[in-house]
Amino acid sequence: MTVGFVMLCHTALDRAAQVARHWAVRDCPVVIHVDRRVGAKPYGQLVADLADLPNVRFSGRHACEWGTWGIVAASQEAATVMLRDFPQVRHVYLASGSCLPLRPVEELRAYLDERPKTDFIESVTTEDVGWTIGGLDFERFTLRFPFSWRKQKWWFDTYVKLQRMVGFRRKIPAELVPHLGSQWWCLTRQTLSAILEHPERGKIDRYFQKVWIPDESYFQTLVRQVSSTVESRSLTLSKFDFQGKPHIFYDDHLQLLRRSDCFVARKIWPDAVKLYAAFLSDDRSRQAAAEPNPGKIDRLFAKAVERRTKGRPGLYMQSRFPNENFENGRTAGPYSVFCGFADVFENFEIWLSKASGTRVHGHLFAPDRVHFAGGETVYNGALCDSAKVRDYNPKSFLTSLIWNTRGERQCFQFGPADTQELNWFLTLDGNAQISVISGGWAVPLFHSNQNFGDIRREAARLQKIEQEFLNVLRSPYTKARVRVWSLADFIENPMEPLQTIIDEIGPRQGRRLSEAPRMADLTGFGQFLQNLRNQGMQPVLMGDFPVGDDPTPKSTRRGRPYLVK
Amino acid sequence: MGLLSSYRLRWHRRRLLIRAWLSRRDMTLVADRSAGQAEDAIFAFTTLRNEKIRLPYFLRYYRDLGVNHFFMVDNGSTDGSLEYLRDQPDVSLWQTGASYKKSRFGMDWLSHLLRRYGHGHWCLTVDPDEFFVYPFCETRPIRALTDWLDTTQIRTFAAMLLDMYPKGPITDQAYREGQDPFEIAQWFDSGNYQISRNRAYGNLWIQGGPRTRIFFDETPKKAPALNKIPLVKWHRSYAYISSTHMMLPRGLNLAFDEWGGEKASGVLLHAKFLDTFAAKAVEELTRGQHYAASAEYKAYQEGLSNHPEVWCKWSEKYINWRQLEILGLMSKGNWA
Repeated sequence: MTVGFVMLCHTALDRAAQVARHWAVRDCPVVIHVDRRVGAKPYGQLVADLADLPNVRFSGRHACEWGTWGIVAASQEAATVMLRDFPQVRHVYLASGSCLPLRPVEELRAYLDERPKTDFIESVTTEDVGWTIGGLDFERFTLRFPFSWRKQKWWFDTYVKLQRMVGFRRKIPAELVPHLGSQWWCLTRQTLSAILEHPERGKIDRYFQKVWIPDESYFQTLVRQVSSTVESRSLTLSKFDFQGKPHIFYDDHLQLLRRSDCFVARKIWPDAVKLYAAFLSDDRSRQAAAEPNPGKIDRLFAKAVERRTKGRPGLYMQSRFPNENFENGRTAGPYSVFCGFADVFENFEIWLSKASGTRVHGHLFAPDRVHFAGGETVYNGALCDSAKVRDYNPKSFLTSLIWNTRGERQCFQFGPADTQELNWFLTLDGNAQISVISGGWAVPLFHSNQNFGDIRREAARLQKIEQEFLNVLRSPYTKARVRVWSLADFIENPMEPLQTIIDEIGPRQGRRLSEAPRMADLTGFGQFLQNLRNQGMQPVLMGDFPVGDDPTPKSTRRGRPYLVK
Repeated sequence: MGLLSSYRLRWHRRRLLIRAWLSRRDMTLVADRSAGQAEDAIFAFTTLRNEKIRLPYFLRYYRDLGVNHFFMVDNGSTDGSLEYLRDQPDVSLWQTGASYKKSRFGMDWLSHLLRRYGHGHWCLTVDPDEFFVYPFCETRPIRALTDWLDTTQIRTFAAMLLDMYPKGPITDQAYREGQDPFEIAQWFDSGNYQISRNRAYGNLWIQGGPRTRIFFDETPKKAPALNKIPLVKWHRSYAYISSTHMMLPRGLNLAFDEWGGEKASGVLLHAKFLDTFAAKAVEELTRGQHYAASAEYKAYQEGLSNHPEVWCKWSEKYINWRQLEILGLMSKGNWA
């Protein structure tokens, strides 16, 4: 008893001939079907190439356009030839011209000998498959599809719409229950002949001729009626990408294919010289007779599909430039934005970097230049500190920075004196943690040695800008983690907010803050604000600072050794 | 996209094709060896001037990738490039003394050749200092890529320009004829590119890299474009608009994914910053044949005189395409 191969070929006939010869000389009969659209010359060449082999036949030719009846008709006719001419065949294996046997034929034969009654064919009901292309699953069986999906797309779509509109439904004959599955099967003589000699075959064939993609449903459906033991999987390793195109194997997949323990793989790139040489040679060390295990290959291709459909979050590059809100993550990782903190605390950056173990930059969006951590002029990924380059495309600047520093959290200072172009971008980014001490910018003004008229003007300008920023942060679409304190509220009790922020940055650190940042001297700040008011400007963002009642933050609560002065 | 603008773009494309057709008179044929190329042969198209020193490695690199035939236009070389190319068995060569600038920086000439010889073939349009890197390029020939693009019905393949430079002053190491330029220029900038979308033509516009970092840090808008679409399954109705940065019809520019996924893409390693560069910059300045009154070369000359080193401590050393993929400069897409 042996296994016979039916091969459906349409391109790379030299490779098909090589594989057919491999099987035929190992005592496996081969019936080859060549697409009718292949020219007479290459066909003649193929026939001549295999003329010396007594157990190779060619079957009548059909045009095999994707998704049409031709492929089923070809399989039927070739299978009939196989069953008629080679009585020693017990299993018939449907393969294509771009298939390659990965394991020696003897192993396949032994495997099938142990399972003489089993039909290997993927066959699942339409409710259970998630991979149908074109959004048609059960409708494949209830509508008519006389037009080619590839060549007559408009007619195809329009005719589907028309049938849906008028509520047309075909009746499924012979009490068939539609099943779908990979078109590459391996059936026993009993099952195959029962399908081919089905009493209602004429009716069934006529029905399937107008079903969409019958090659994935004809045998898959009928096998359920006639077979006693269906093993619903294909012995052929064949993976499809998200558009329903088969993945192709190349020389560099050699090890992966070896370890897959599958019997046959498709599709192989015709110029994969190493693969053909390796798998068609005789001196292959015999492996333990393992069950096919395509897990690694599955993962490889699943990853490829995910990269194509989802991509890497936060990456903007030449072949991934998502429209807004389709980014799957605006930036590559979480980062923190601090507004006003560096004004309220002295050396806040150094403190924060110690307390949180992250990279802390100065004002990245400062008008003079980019203030990278440590005063660097060039940073990760060779980002330069030129304000002009940054402002030319601030979004690229920020997303590049976060992308370049994947794995290391970035923190930076921000304020109303900085470029404000990214306000919406930051607000809508779920990776951003934005903490604002509103009115914090007034502290450096308070300490500055400028004429009061200039201070007043600057304060009015900054307050207006920060107010707009806060309005954006408070929008209903905000995705960032936003916290806003007024300056007055914050200095009342600075440790608790700081602890919350630090905990959120590194939740696993779990340590209490032992050292607090040193706060700027605010003696007389209430009077300063009153002076602004007296000059006709209304400072509102700082909160309530009564004149003369200078803030003296409470140093300890519940006895913890905070050192806030 | 209104009717009016598509009509306007159609005329733009026609105009480009007519220009290309007219420019055929500028060129004289030196050697046409293109006869008998297979139906699925892969072609390279190049225009050059005084690049003799680069040509041996250039040809070897692309022959190794599996390019079947080269179509080259020599723009008045005086260093023996013409004689060298004339004797290559897989090069078809044209010669022209006409203005590089007036021919849209050589694109008119190449467009004519692309239209005449490239129709129905995969065509790679590259300069002699551009080296195409694509996913799996060390294990799969370029035909594996084009076959895959054919089965997935993709017509264009993007590959951005990646400027490579040496460590130390660029004049320190002399480039020898036939040498792999990336033995010297091993470094690149990995993550300082600015990308925006050009709505008029639907392409991405990429700038940045060392050229922006050093020469255009005060005028980033003027920095040269780095987006390129060098590999195209050519049709006689196609036209490159400016260099290989963008094309018409517009749909060909959509070599990127807009919905969050990644399409496959490659990189053109740009071996510009070699010791030959300084001399080239001086020559191009006097000729004034480059884009925007050779502003680029002016900036280079100023930049190089007070900042002779392009390398910085965040420069990345080139290893292979996988490194570029991890850094996010190119992508495998769903090719596995």
